[in-house]
Amino acid sequence: MHYQPIIGLEVHVQLQTQTKIFCGCSTAFNPDQPNVQTCPVCLGLPGALPVLNGTALRLAIKTAMALNCQIAKFTKWDRKQYFYPDLPKGYQISQYDLPFSFDGQVELITNAETGESRPIRIIRAHLEEDAGKNVHDETGRGRDSMVDLNRAGTPLVEIVSHPDLRSAAEARQMLEELHALLTYLEVSDCNMQEGSLRCDANVNLHITKDDGTVVATPIVEIKNLNSFRFTEQAVEYEIARQWKAFQETGKTIKDAPKSTRGFDPDRGVTTIMREKEEAADYRYFPDPDLVPVTVTDEQLAAIRSEMCEAPAVMRKRFQSEYQLSAYDASVIIDQGRLLAEYFEATAKLCGDGKQAANWVTQDVLRVMKERKETIANFPLRPEVLGSLIARVTQKQLTIKSAREVFADLLTAEEDQTPAPSMAQIDEIVAAKGLAIVQDDGAMETAIAAVIDKNPKAVADFQAGKQAAVGALIGQVMKQLKGADAQAVREKILTKLSGG
Amino acid sequence: MVSDGANNTMAFPRETVLKVASLARLQLTPEEVDLFATQLGATLDYVARLDELDVSNVEPMVHAIELTNVLRDDVLVPSLPRHDAVANAPKTDGKYFLVPAILES
Repeated sequence: MHYQPIIGLEVHVQLQTQTKIFCGCSTAFNPDQPNVQTCPVCLGLPGALPVLNGTALRLAIKTAMALNCQIAKFTKWDRKQYFYPDLPKGYQISQYDLPFSFDGQVELITNAETGESRPIRIIRAHLEEDAGKNVHDETGRGRDSMVDLNRAGTPLVEIVSHPDLRSAAEARQMLEELHALLTYLEVSDCNMQEGSLRCDANVNLHITKDDGTVVATPIVEIKNLNSFRFTEQAVEYEIARQWKAFQETGKTIKDAPKSTRGFDPDRGVTTIMREKEEAADYRYFPDPDLVPVTVTDEQLAAIRSEMCEAPAVMRKRFQSEYQLSAYDASVIIDQGRLLAEYFEATAKLCGDGKQAANWVTQDVLRVMKERKETIANFPLRPEVLGSLIARVTQKQLTIKSAREVFADLLTAEEDQTPAPSMAQIDEIVAAKGLAIVQDDGAMETAIAAVIDKNPKAVADFQAGKQAAVGALIGQVMKQLKGADAQAVREKILTKLSGG
Repeated sequence: MVSDGANNTMAFPRETVLKVASLARLQLTPEEVDLFATQLGATLDYVARLDELDVSNVEPMVHAIELTNVLRDDVLVPSLPRHDAVANAPKTDGKYFLVPAILES
């Protein structure tokens, strides 16, 4: 008997608008000042009328395009009715039978080393409003719950995937891929601490019995996962739990209804929230306060023209255009669009993608981490780093010297001087004599001078003490810091051997 | 087949009345259940007269107003002062709406 996990995600993404989806209240994350971002519309006061935020619609369409979805030419709004304290109107405005987009897919990297990927199908993506936030009494004394409606009415896109994921790790990767995609597009900040990206995971197992028949375990929806790690842990736990439950009870999808569980990160377990004895009856019906939305091909073309390159596409392009490994490309892409653009600018300027990737993934990321800085605030701009790397590839500087210059540029920056410039590279190289000396004349002169000044070392060498040449090389190198030690050695040997 | 009003209604089961009432968080007396079963039955019966029409070639209507794309710009509008926002709350501490403890999980 063996089993195959079957997982689908419902992902909620907060769109990056200034104002709520149906009113002009701010969407700013503001938990310290509850109930200061509300108005009659998002409070559900009688007579208030919602009006759709055009930017929310545009960002939602952009999201759907990035998910390779079909965009509906005609879409409408429905009321989903249920009672909960964070839902002031007694219904949520959502989209039921005519969502604005459907039938998409996301390419999921299933092997970071090889870059191997598989499409995960998207059933639909629709727009809806968020609910408010309930703050519970943590003392356990059953005191009142507190409701903050600042968040009520924030625009969300709900992305529903087919159950195409096959492991907890894949569920996490899917969420990470969506995070990368949506932040690249700048449709959402995807700040998970603030709840801008959260997901529900639907999990069950397909069990192949020893006689070859396949049965499925009851479906469980794990609600409100708000980190990549929790998503992976919750699904992992749930798979093990269902496998154990099946072995103990033999219950299949035919014996038990779908149930809802929550994840307790402290204990690392999922716990039952409710069994759906009967399918939740939301009594959807068209919202009479909101008129339908139509989009034209011209509007769609205009939105499409604003799209940036998707991270999955960029990842592949970096591999082919700059000869990066799948791994290096992913490391760069996963750091976000600004770092990817930084890398690309640097690679173009120095003309060597592989070198640029090494510098960005090692030196730049290390310094960013040490200084807890984002790439936007990183003091070396791509022109300067590109120019520095170019000197290495053109054999004007050794890697070791270039690292020294890199460190010096950053130190200079700490001393409150203006952002490091290309001119500063020249200054440091000159001051420290780091330039690789390709000028044979200069090297000849320096060697001749050192030989003249060190008759003892020369005599020792000629008396058969090979080691004496080291001292001579050292002195030449001291004068010409950028010189190639091997070349210096050969020249000295030639000279002393009477060449 | 066609009903001509409240006197000749199709039955609207009491269980359905109770279910709808429960979904709407309404508590009904037995008399009310009977009354609404009759009234809702009559209403649905009346609406059912639409079944007489052949609508196979008619696009479903999704909205009563023939208007589309009413949009606003993403521009901030001042919100209500908190004092006003919570003014109608049955219970408040001046900052939050207070509701009976919600039991999680």
